[in-house]
Amino acid sequence: MIAELEKVASEFGNAESKVSRRVIICAGTGCVANGSLKVYAEFIKQIESAGLDIVTELKAEGAEGDNHTSTLLQKSSSAPIRLSKSGCQGFCQMGPLVTIEPEGILYTKVKPEDVAEIVQTTLIDHKAVERLLYRDPVSGKQCTGTAEIPFYQRQSRTVLKSCGIIDPEDIREYIHSGGYMAAKRAYTEMTPEMVCEEMLYSGLRGRGGGGFPTGKKWDLTRIQPGPKKYVICNGDEGDPGAFMDRSVMEGNPHSVIEGMMIAARAIGADEGYVYVRLEYPLAVARIRRAVADAEAIGVLGDNIFGSGHGFKINVMEGAGAFVCGEETALIASIEGQRGMPMPKPPFPAQSGLWGKPTVINNVETLASVPIVIGKGAAEFRQRGTETSPGTKTFALTGHVANTGLIEVPFGTTLREVVYNIGGGVTDDRGNVTGEGFKAVQIGGPSGGCLTEEHLDLPLDFDSLKGVGAMVGSGGLVVMNKQTCMVRIARFFMQFTQNESCGKCVLCREGTKQMLALLDDIMEGNGTEKTLETLERTARAVQKGSLCGLGKTAPNPILSTLKYFRAEYEAHVYQKRCPAGECKALLRPTIDPAKCKGCTMCAKKCPVGAITGELKKPHVINPDICIKCGACAEVCRFKAVSGV
Amino acid sequence: MPQTLEKTTKKLRQFNKVCEILDRYERNPAKLIPILQLVQDEYRYLPEEVLTYIATSLSLPPAKVYGVATFYAHFALEPKGKYVIRLCDGTACHVKKSIPILEALRERLGLTDKVRTTPDMLFTVETVSCLGACGLAPVMVINDDVHGQMTPEHAVALIDEIAAKEGKK
Repeated sequence: MIAELEKVASEFGNAESKVSRRVIICAGTGCVANGSLKVYAEFIKQIESAGLDIVTELKAEGAEGDNHTSTLLQKSSSAPIRLSKSGCQGFCQMGPLVTIEPEGILYTKVKPEDVAEIVQTTLIDHKAVERLLYRDPVSGKQCTGTAEIPFYQRQSRTVLKSCGIIDPEDIREYIHSGGYMAAKRAYTEMTPEMVCEEMLYSGLRGRGGGGFPTGKKWDLTRIQPGPKKYVICNGDEGDPGAFMDRSVMEGNPHSVIEGMMIAARAIGADEGYVYVRLEYPLAVARIRRAVADAEAIGVLGDNIFGSGHGFKINVMEGAGAFVCGEETALIASIEGQRGMPMPKPPFPAQSGLWGKPTVINNVETLASVPIVIGKGAAEFRQRGTETSPGTKTFALTGHVANTGLIEVPFGTTLREVVYNIGGGVTDDRGNVTGEGFKAVQIGGPSGGCLTEEHLDLPLDFDSLKGVGAMVGSGGLVVMNKQTCMVRIARFFMQFTQNESCGKCVLCREGTKQMLALLDDIMEGNGTEKTLETLERTARAVQKGSLCGLGKTAPNPILSTLKYFRAEYEAHVYQKRCPAGECKALLRPTIDPAKCKGCTMCAKKCPVGAITGELKKPHVINPDICIKCGACAEVCRFKAVSGV
Repeated sequence: MPQTLEKTTKKLRQFNKVCEILDRYERNPAKLIPILQLVQDEYRYLPEEVLTYIATSLSLPPAKVYGVATFYAHFALEPKGKYVIRLCDGTACHVKKSIPILEALRERLGLTDKVRTTPDMLFTVETVSCLGACGLAPVMVINDDVHGQMTPEHAVALIDEIAAKEGKK
């Protein structure tokens, strides 16, 4: 069976034209966690009880053997309302999100109890429910839809464009929005050489972190001899603080599959794997469904678009190993081995899965491919910078007002991202403060820290490399002044030490030593020698490790040492933690002059370390105190210091 | 006697399930990881005798199967509790103070870094590197339910709720 894309698209378009309104409920992981599925169920109930027609799945009118939906569409003379789920809309913190089209109204933090009001006010009376609209925390302005919200306004969503709009579980909607046309073009109008050339000209660089030109990778694999080649989609997004691949797989899985099909065409592969980490069950389910639907409709399988070429996709779940994000380790994992990396060369392009030439691309890279082939490389190059064309998604998290998933052209400054899209830095209680910014950690455990002096640095592969950071997978963690940078370095070191596969000595032992050295510093046992050894070990691990995990493991240490050396020195020489986070270095005391003896602190202390009589100054027993800071939090007279 | 018989048939039945899984993957050693995943879904952990059985069936050395099972974080060689609580300690969750939540949970359940499952096999507390729901940090997952913007108090309240439902204090 060969898919007839135009027919599918026009049938779907016809069915959709019969719908008057559309209610889109975000069903990304964040919104589901906040109860969006309950909101969805409530909408069905409320729309029905209001006597309105509702469609949850669009079916083509008069489709064979499908009388039920045809009658559903014709049930009443008034056009029905379509209710659909979408993938992640990026604005996770404000979820569950409900969008109403064609008005473009976006409701935030919708609860099931709000649904009846939305149905009455918006769907029946055509008015907005003002209390559910987003209010900009900076200007206090009420925003009706995404067009007015600064978080969305300043982005340029390209890869994420359809994420959060189309129903990820309906292949026809993807096709209706122009999906699989790029694959069709690649299979019916282009030769493998032409596909590689187009990709090369587009300048698309791998979004998984390394930034290797995709076209070059494909071309190197294309020229390898042999009939059997593989395409692997690397969906093992293990970087803590990054979730863009998850959102793409959940929100627009077909774009990834289409990207894989084009890659397969370019290199001459007939089989592919999507390797998804098992911590993402929803992504696994959506990708599996997308593969099955694409096969059923005739897009995937034998004789694609009548070209005589076939392509088969397998989906495999990872089993919880960060190192499997490294391409040679990922290949070992698919082969049923421990996920340990292999020295390169040979590169996977020469000898990959089961010794065959293999292309491995990241999810976001593959999702960009249909955009390049569909619209042409020249248009793709319009955005971004000369050496880093296109857009990049970032997971913006940490101490920032608007956390979530964003997409901006390469070359956008950090200031724009943190202050304009992110809405500014927040304190520990979540309030926006003008002067709270300390650093941004970018690129996860492989990346580095950027400081205030880098706020105007354009974000792209080369400029970040120049300051000792990297785009990595695109995690952006904003940190406020109450964050101890030694602790952050330790946090990443703990992570890489846990995840080191243990194959090479430098990574296995080096990360362990660096962790111990950081512990010494945080516990107040650090000396000048500790700092020296830390730096030397870091350089050695960077130089001598086998794979990317080890080579980049020291980056958080080296970049914090570079930009926040004073903070390390305060720990070592003054035995003081400037951010007040390292418990061993805290000395909580009560100022007797300020203490009114209200007993609040003594009551709140979980270990009974505070004693004193009513209306007389209290004291903290340092031997019992666990330095939790509860006393400082409750004290109304600011008498507790040192925590 | 009947009790022993029951035990034996139960065990046989369990191995039947393993055989079914092995057959589904045509006893292909390359499919070791998906096989272990399905077997673990069945038992909630990987019992030693099952690992040996899988090794024999796939004509692999037991050391290799054991090596794979211990390499990946998802595989458990010891039984887990009925409610597996996974606290995310990714960067976003960490800077938004996930550790105090972990400490509160361990305190409430009498668990430590080494002892992760309660003696009544009701709760297991673990940390995970990142759940990819960073916008809701800090995040905690109880079995498959994701709970966002957690606090130590809220986390303990959730545990108490489950314990009450299960009829335990």
